[in-house]
Amino acid sequence: MTDDTAAIAVEGLRKRYGDVQAVDGVTFEVRRGEFYGILGPNGAGKTTTMEMIEGLREPDEGSARLLGQPSWPRDPALLRRIGVQLQASAFFDKLTAREQIHTFAALYGVGTERADAMLESVGLAEKRDVRDNKLSGGQAQRLSIACALVHDPELLFLDEPTTGLDPQARRNLWDLLRQINSAGRTVVLTTHYLDEAETLCDRVAIMDAGRILRVGRPADLVAELGVHNLEDVFLQLTGREYRE
Amino acid sequence: MTAFRSLSRAMTLGLLRDRTAVFFTLLFPLLFLALFGALFQSDSLTKSTWVQVGDVAVLDDMPDEELAALSDVLTLVKSADREAALEDVRQGDADAAVWEEDGRIEMRYSAADATTAGTVQGLMQSIVQSANVAATGQPPAFELATDQVEDKSVKPIQYLTPGLLGWAIAQGAAYMSAFTLVNWRKKRILRRLWLAPVSPGTVIGARVGVSLAIAFLQVAIFVGVACIPFYGLHLTGYWWLALPLVATGTLAFMSIGLLIGAWAKTEEAANGALQLVILPMAFVSGSFFPNDAMPSWLRTLSNILPLKHLTQALQDVLSRGQGWGAALPTLGGLLLFAAVLTALASRLFRWDDA
Repeated sequence: MTDDTAAIAVEGLRKRYGDVQAVDGVTFEVRRGEFYGILGPNGAGKTTTMEMIEGLREPDEGSARLLGQPSWPRDPALLRRIGVQLQASAFFDKLTAREQIHTFAALYGVGTERADAMLESVGLAEKRDVRDNKLSGGQAQRLSIACALVHDPELLFLDEPTTGLDPQARRNLWDLLRQINSAGRTVVLTTHYLDEAETLCDRVAIMDAGRILRVGRPADLVAELGVHNLEDVFLQLTGREYRE
Repeated sequence: MTAFRSLSRAMTLGLLRDRTAVFFTLLFPLLFLALFGALFQSDSLTKSTWVQVGDVAVLDDMPDEELAALSDVLTLVKSADREAALEDVRQGDADAAVWEEDGRIEMRYSAADATTAGTVQGLMQSIVQSANVAATGQPPAFELATDQVEDKSVKPIQYLTPGLLGWAIAQGAAYMSAFTLVNWRKKRILRRLWLAPVSPGTVIGARVGVSLAIAFLQVAIFVGVACIPFYGLHLTGYWWLALPLVATGTLAFMSIGLLIGAWAKTEEAANGALQLVILPMAFVSGSFFPNDAMPSWLRTLSNILPLKHLTQALQDVLSRGQGWGAALPTLGGLLLFAAVLTALASRLFRWDDA
């Protein structure tokens, strides 16, 4: 069955915290099977936008539809179809890698065999009896991605998955993310590494001050602004002042 | 595995693998029971030692069977040196010195230990009285009979077990709910669970289920240890009412933990706040020693503390032979307390630290 509704359709999202307009009218669409990046300096409103799209926060205005369904209010049927990696440390205390993924699998009604296979596919089969606090940064990131993928979601959200990794671990993780995307899943990524966004993403959205400044293929943005790479695009759009 | 079972398993393993938590929440109160139970093993018989200087007729002429009956409470040591005997009493090596002068029996005791002073005087009075009655050759005109109101088997262990068990339950239940809330918020597991197709009821149910199972385990261990002959706890008829009492108590203390967990940003802050709440509550509620001697305002204050009511109801059903009448008001009160504090905690609830 082919479904041509967008993977993500966001329209006019707004969120205010006290005096701060954190998100100020965000609209964009992510197509099925796309690898999409959301970029922006600290305080640009990326996190709040992501949280509203995922259904963690209620928007003041606007709506976010995932796979054709609204993400707010919470809809368990929709949650079965999406995977979220919040950050590498979102693990249960004192459990081994294998126990972590079994616990997450059970939340989605997925059996332990599939969970073990998932652990193997991110290269953690040998580390399965290691507790979460004894895993290296790269291993913890791979485990958290495996936990997000254990129920075979159609749409995957990744929150700065390569922060704090060494170049080897980072490149290996890129390969894993490409595999996940080429298996037909839609992937949405936030990152501070512009080279990462440039190599991985089909399209990126650059945000600042609660708005989307520009959306496009990284190569097109580079050409449009007549600069060398995506980092130049980013700095030209968002300026060079220190943030937070 | 279902979500409920796997979450329960994750919580149980997380607790059991945390050695410090296991020690302070589960083993520490048990050590108190073992220690206090041994220290206060027999406070009903206070044995005293008297030093008799020279001849004392009432003691020397006492019939053998009477002397034998007194040997449970009294050890007599003979001495010829009155000064040395008085020094022994001053030093606390003997409880009284006794001698006779011109038909007058003289006794000296130390005021340092009021209980012993009272005991030795009372005992000497009764010895002198019965000697006087015997000297008249008449049967006594009045006789006094005394007995304690409790079951003959009452021992300190029967007050210690309910008190320390109540404290153990309070400590364990409050710690576990506060820790889970703070830790899961800090590690973003709360958010991760929100984004999984699992109902809040399943998550809360798993947390309550694990806490209840651990509380019942504590009851089994406490009562099991207290029942070994060395401690000698005797359970009275309605002892099983302790189970619903402990269950509602667990809910009440979990709600205290929830309130602290909703407020605290770190596990350390939660732990500190818990100690500030639970330990004074245990003292005021009479978990360690009866609170009869406390000032009346403090006793009034203790009436709003769930631990006081739990401890009292546990004593009633475990060792005073009372039944539903003693348990029901406490069951209702503990549930009400839990409902109010949980509602309060839900108003303070935050998804993240910021």
